[in-house]
Amino acid sequence: MKLKGAEIIWECLLREGVNLVFGYPGGAILPTYDAMTKYPQIHHVLTRHEQGATHMADGYARATGKVGVAIATSGPGATNMVTGIATAMLDSSPIVCITGQVASSYIGTDAFQEIDISGVTLPITKHNYLVTDVEDLAYTIREAFHIARTGRPGPVLIDIPKDIQNAETEFVYPDEPIVLPGYRPASAATEAEIERALDLIHAARKPLILAGHGVVMSGAASELMAFVEKAQIPVALTLLGKGGMPEGHPMVLGMMGMHGEAYVNQAIQEADLLLAFGMRFDDRVTGNLATYAPHSRKIHVDIDPSEINKNVRVDLGIVGDLRTVLSQLTPRLRPKQHPEWMAQIREWQDDSFKRDIVNRDAGGKLYAAHVIRDLWEYTGGNATVVTDVGQHQMWEAQYYPHKRPHTLITSGGLGTMGFGLPASIGAKLARPDEEVWAIVGDGGFQMTLAELATAVQEKAAVNIAIINNGYLGMVRQWQEFFYEERYNATPMFSPDFCKLAEAYGIPSRRVTSRDQIKAAVEAARAHNSGPFLIEFVVEKHDIVYPMVPAGADLHNMIRRPLAAPDMV
Amino acid sequence: MKHTLSVLVENKPGVLNRVVSLFRRRSFNIDSLTVGRTHTPEISRMTIVIDGTEQDADRIEKNLYKLVNVIQVDHLTDKPNVIRDLALIKVAVDNTNRSEVMQLCDIFRAHIVDVGPQSVVIEITGDEDKIESFADLLRPIGILEMVRTGVVAMGRGEHLLTSNGYRPQPGANGNGHKSVI
Repeated sequence: MKLKGAEIIWECLLREGVNLVFGYPGGAILPTYDAMTKYPQIHHVLTRHEQGATHMADGYARATGKVGVAIATSGPGATNMVTGIATAMLDSSPIVCITGQVASSYIGTDAFQEIDISGVTLPITKHNYLVTDVEDLAYTIREAFHIARTGRPGPVLIDIPKDIQNAETEFVYPDEPIVLPGYRPASAATEAEIERALDLIHAARKPLILAGHGVVMSGAASELMAFVEKAQIPVALTLLGKGGMPEGHPMVLGMMGMHGEAYVNQAIQEADLLLAFGMRFDDRVTGNLATYAPHSRKIHVDIDPSEINKNVRVDLGIVGDLRTVLSQLTPRLRPKQHPEWMAQIREWQDDSFKRDIVNRDAGGKLYAAHVIRDLWEYTGGNATVVTDVGQHQMWEAQYYPHKRPHTLITSGGLGTMGFGLPASIGAKLARPDEEVWAIVGDGGFQMTLAELATAVQEKAAVNIAIINNGYLGMVRQWQEFFYEERYNATPMFSPDFCKLAEAYGIPSRRVTSRDQIKAAVEAARAHNSGPFLIEFVVEKHDIVYPMVPAGADLHNMIRRPLAAPDMV
Repeated sequence: MKHTLSVLVENKPGVLNRVVSLFRRRSFNIDSLTVGRTHTPEISRMTIVIDGTEQDADRIEKNLYKLVNVIQVDHLTDKPNVIRDLALIKVAVDNTNRSEVMQLCDIFRAHIVDVGPQSVVIEITGDEDKIESFADLLRPIGILEMVRTGVVAMGRGEHLLTSNGYRPQPGANGNGHKSVI
């Protein structure tokens, strides 16, 4: 069957199981958009900005574990994708970006809307392609999906010149196995590694699991549960590891790191064995490396060999798919209890509990922590929450315990403000039956709020919770602690968010006191024909406690004072 | 300390750029990098010399393996090897010192490949130390120009860096990963 390159693109997407793509048309990608009508099985979501398309594809990928697809034109369309691609790269999220390129004969001439996007994205993609022959197109797309989803997943970009989209060729789908001589992701641990790991685990008296994004990405949630129940080892979570084990399970302690629970960080510092499962010892979870977990042996399981010994020297590194490695380990574990170690952790936990703001009366004020905790309660702790980046993100992580994988979607590695709203639309469209909340700050929301129109056009029933404190709150917090309260460029004017919602035809509520939260959340949950917006006007000068200052020792946290009369 | 890595890569456009970009992004310093075809048309071979610690070399090896087009990496430093660099050196000569230069060439087994009225071009092959010492001796006579190819390297005897076209299975030694430290 003779097909044009543009048609081959859609044929290949169909065969990859794609039924939803996010994009924005333009000159160099027009042949592909023209061919779209022949493929009604694939729904195209028109975004308001190409960055939105990449975040939506990312949100789609993180909500489903499948590959998300974003499409844009050449030049500015492609460069607008850069932030979204980098976000996916840093969090190992599988997306495929397809960009139009100027016709082959114009490449290198600075033609209208020409940019070398494969050069630009070289360091922020797992791999990328510039297609130079229509004969290569089908195989390239297949390869791109394979690379995006296997091994350590990540973004792949395919740049396709306009003449290649228009060129005709005999289309035969290449369904033979993919041959990539330099690409063989690891799978299982070796016998020697398993034996060494078991020795270390059985000898440990104060073991602790550090569970990261790899648990979610490799689908190892139930394997981790089986391991934990048999080994009776407590679990600390990274931000992206949330959902990998149900929080509320007696062995799950909570989040580690810069804004993690103090008792979790204390446990890391005191442990005699750390089992790092699918996490990468980022500086936000280790603090000062020189004083990090000094008493412990360390086992690191990761799919990416370059992560082993990158930041923290370990005693045993295992390169493999976490799900496979856990299935190798668990049957050979000796069941064991660690009562003294658990009692010690509970003692530290008790102190943290006393300092926790959710256990105190708000004194008539509206604290973001209370908003998130109430939201958790009124959604039964069952929503998929997509956050932006900043204070609200950390409060979400602290006060919205997650039970299931893929239910917290947040930009961890890159910390991309503006991620929340578009990613939530991608997540909702990917999984319409899930209750999806976008929790965003007044700052990040205004970076990508143009996507409100996309949500309305697509009838995406996302509930948007704006935590409005009138500041770029996290930056303000650093200015308060480390820059002698010089609040330069952090106070922020915002429009009337409810009127803004009204202009888009989105119903909304404004909440200024804790007793209004329930009704607003219920109104949002009852509205299923499109987005709903709630503006929470919260305390302006509130702080995310506890906090490890950047580069400080993990155990030296700034804690919320025990009995502050005024909690601000 | 200097580390020499032999790297087999797919012979495709942009692969050199990917490797160099990786070194820049991870702040690794390249001392020398050469690339050329092998006896197998679809595979090219790079020789990369870096100045750094053993740990740096390990990190580089693992990061090279992250590139889809990199097939195999061989850390040659601690293995019996042949390392060669080639230099062309243009030296200013006249009737008083031409024979001195020719004697030096004899001692170093270098060749004069061009003779002009006021200069000669010398070709010398050898490891880096040999070329450095040769250049040091020529310096007082007057070096006008010098160009070097950068290092190429190969293991001796039984030590082969061959590719059957695939990266070895990871977990064995196919990705720079050493499990038990």
